[in-house]
Amino acid sequence: MSASSIVSVMLGLILAPLLFGVINRTKAWFAGRRGQPLLQTYHDLMKLLRKGAVYSRTTTLVFRLAPAVELAAILLALAILPAGGVPAVLAFSGDIVLFIYALGLMRFFTVAAALDTGSSFEGMGASREVYFSALAEPAAFIGLAVLVRLGGGASLSVMFSGIGKAAWLAAGPALALVAVALLIVFLAENARIPVDDPNTHLELTMIHEVMILDFSGPDLALILYATSLKLWVLGALIVNLVLTLTDWTGMSRMAAFMAGMMILAVLVGIIESVMARMRLLKVPQLLIGAGALSALALILVMRSAL
Amino acid sequence: MSWFLVSLAVLLLGGVASLLLERRTSIVRFLGPTSVFCAAALGLGPVALTLTSDIPIRFTGVWSMPFGSLAFKMDALSAIFAGAILVISALSALFGAEYLRPQEGAKRIGMSWFCFNVLVASMLIVVTAQNAVLFLLAWEIMSLASFFLVMFDYEEGSVRRAGWTYLIATHIGTAFLLVMFLLLGRDVHSLDFDAFATAAGATGAGVIFFLAIIGFGTKAGFMPLHVWLPEAHPAAPSHVSALMSGVMIKTGIYGLVRILTLLGPPPAWYGWTLLCIGAASGVLGVLFALAQHDVKRLLAYHSVENIGIITIGLGVGMLGVSLGNGVMVVLGFSGAFLHVVNHAVFKSLLFLSAGSVFHATGTREMDYLGGLWKRMPLTGAAFLIGAVAICGLPPLSGFVSEFAIYLGAFFGVTDPSARLCVAGVVAVGSLALIGGLAAACFTKAFGVMFLGEGRSPHVEHAHDPGLAMRIPMMVLAALCLAIGLAGPVAINLMAPAVGLVAASWGVTLSPTLSGGTGMALWGVTTGASVILALAACVLLLRARLLSGRSVAGTVTWDCGYAATTPRMQYTSSSFAQPITRFFTFFLRTERRFTAPQGLFPDASSFSSETPDVYREHIFKPVFAALEAGLSKFRWLQHGRLNLYILYLVAALLAVLAWKMR
Repeated sequence: MSASSIVSVMLGLILAPLLFGVINRTKAWFAGRRGQPLLQTYHDLMKLLRKGAVYSRTTTLVFRLAPAVELAAILLALAILPAGGVPAVLAFSGDIVLFIYALGLMRFFTVAAALDTGSSFEGMGASREVYFSALAEPAAFIGLAVLVRLGGGASLSVMFSGIGKAAWLAAGPALALVAVALLIVFLAENARIPVDDPNTHLELTMIHEVMILDFSGPDLALILYATSLKLWVLGALIVNLVLTLTDWTGMSRMAAFMAGMMILAVLVGIIESVMARMRLLKVPQLLIGAGALSALALILVMRSAL
Repeated sequence: MSWFLVSLAVLLLGGVASLLLERRTSIVRFLGPTSVFCAAALGLGPVALTLTSDIPIRFTGVWSMPFGSLAFKMDALSAIFAGAILVISALSALFGAEYLRPQEGAKRIGMSWFCFNVLVASMLIVVTAQNAVLFLLAWEIMSLASFFLVMFDYEEGSVRRAGWTYLIATHIGTAFLLVMFLLLGRDVHSLDFDAFATAAGATGAGVIFFLAIIGFGTKAGFMPLHVWLPEAHPAAPSHVSALMSGVMIKTGIYGLVRILTLLGPPPAWYGWTLLCIGAASGVLGVLFALAQHDVKRLLAYHSVENIGIITIGLGVGMLGVSLGNGVMVVLGFSGAFLHVVNHAVFKSLLFLSAGSVFHATGTREMDYLGGLWKRMPLTGAAFLIGAVAICGLPPLSGFVSEFAIYLGAFFGVTDPSARLCVAGVVAVGSLALIGGLAAACFTKAFGVMFLGEGRSPHVEHAHDPGLAMRIPMMVLAALCLAIGLAGPVAINLMAPAVGLVAASWGVTLSPTLSGGTGMALWGVTTGASVILALAACVLLLRARLLSGRSVAGTVTWDCGYAATTPRMQYTSSSFAQPITRFFTFFLRTERRFTAPQGLFPDASSFSSETPDVYREHIFKPVFAALEAGLSKFRWLQHGRLNLYILYLVAALLAVLAWKMR
């Protein structure tokens, strides 16, 4: 664990809420509006942290525990995440599994808290969340398996330092397919268009937003912050993968990583501006498509071993 | 070994005494559980000794059975299973003492404890027997004892049907085992396991492997041989379900591994077979679980899923042996063995908490329940811990064993050989799908039963059970957390058994993980501790923030609609509906729907049920055809004794004539 690893975690902790600002400004620009301030999420967080709390009388301890567990789980994922060529604070063989399962723990408690309110809307959101993520998980794992094979180790830190230009020359199409698959998983897991629309005002059509309807005050702040961190860690997988194309090291790579994260946020904004949310019945097809891309990438990679 | 035999004797004495003192219910109530507890205390000594010293303990007695010998051996492999059996049976017995209390007088409690003790003793003999005759005898007693335990509520037709299904399934399995042992002993003219080992690698090993898969797979619950599980587990009393699902089905895994060690170095197709069976059982098991709304049926299907995960681990290990990747061998087998232990712990925890819910509400239908956390917080917490553990989520036990299997599979992915890479990806992909669906299934089960508002009058008077039922749940929940935090220690306890299995195929490897791979499990421990510590910090932070501020209670956000009722909540069926609909090809869920009609609609109704596809579409037609075919021979069975004697004489003469030839 080096100082630069800790710095990269700190940067993630500080910059994650900025992504929402960038996405929203991009969308506003497309719509011809000025849009909210870039730092709006920080203002929201501060405001929420200063408030009291209102709990539904239906809820139990599970509802109170959920925000804490969610934030703890995503912080663990952040600790496993290498950024910009810097190995992660916590790196070991197989940390990929802990990374994905930490996100799984986060989801478990989000869903449990939603069911705790006894609201049918939240039940609906919860049901969709577990459905889509069950399909997204194999796509992510098989995509990561391709990277593991090319990078030579089941650790995110090893993997991204093991893939270089040579790997792109040998298996460029496969890596590109994985990047696309990871992008779809990233959009689905973070409840972005085309899977879920964070701006919708109709509870019936929401997935993520509807599950957190009953949170307020500091709890909502914790969840909002955890959500922005989730956007950060899953986005970082894609940015890290794309950055393996370059030879940059040290500070320039770190800077490129940060710029890449912002570009990814712009990309999300563009996607959200130019396309509509898919019908819920079509979403599984998208996710299975992501799985198929991962599997195709794997076949391309293994062809060289036969 | 003598302590182990004493433990068996205590079990049998306790059982017989319970049977004899049947009328004295106040004595039997203590006698049954106490004898199991004493036996567990006595038996755990040799288990711990074997696991730590890795020196097998043997005992050979005299027995006049042809080809039989009273040969017991406790080696590291037996010790893992025996340890799980002893711990789980003691805790289940304690739970059962209170659970059966309302039935005293109405039911034969002494008989129930007799069967319980005999079941525990026979399972212990199964995992230590060194002779095929002894093994099969114990296997058969185990099946019969559990059959009678399943039939506890024999007045109900559904329970009787479940019991018969189980009895038939288990005997078909035993028939395959009988043939398998005969084939094993054919060349060496002995039925001792030691003798089998000397003939290892002989011809016909493939056939023996196939027979073992079917025979042991029926007990373990491989898809599609699992059909008895979702029938028998819900029918049995909950402490028996915990024992059967937690440890009895694992004797199938034990038997399979034991026979594999006797067959000599495995060809690669053994590993592929196990991997495919594991992936199929895992994915389909959890899918069927998702479609259930009877909580114990759901848990029973999850046993199929977890047997699938264990088998994936075994498959990864076997392929590591066949294709020469030592790390895969160690991680696959130690992951599988640890998952055996973990599943025993969290599945019995889940069955006991489900039993506690049934005890308090009188129903197993999740859609009648809801809001139970407020009424029975301890049971709710126990179920939550079991649910997080069975989903394989950190920081609990399920993650450690699944992590080991995942890591083994990832070592396959990085192996230069494309075949191991395919194996690794199959394992990783199916584990990922199983993990995602299991999370869906257990958020559903936990959320619908314990969270929200109560859906029917069943929940009104629910309350946490007494101490005897609470303690086992608390101990098991603590074990889930302990194994989750002490992953490296737990995996290393499996090392002697892994070494033993590998050595039986002539593979020399260091069964303990070292270097980066050893550190990986410490990474898991670090991760688990980090989650717990961070969550605690965040909770403290929030408490500080909220101190002195207004914390109000209100109704759940209802979109302005003021007349919501608890029946509007999402139910287990509606929660799982998108997934069951998507996988309808596998599930064939039956829906009965009466739509509201007319301008002033009358009552309408909807119900759904997912019967077992294999039972309905494979086994039922086959057995129906069998019955139709065999009923042609009914005229032979007319009930006239004199003619039966004639058959006997004719048969004897025929044999005589054949021998004289």
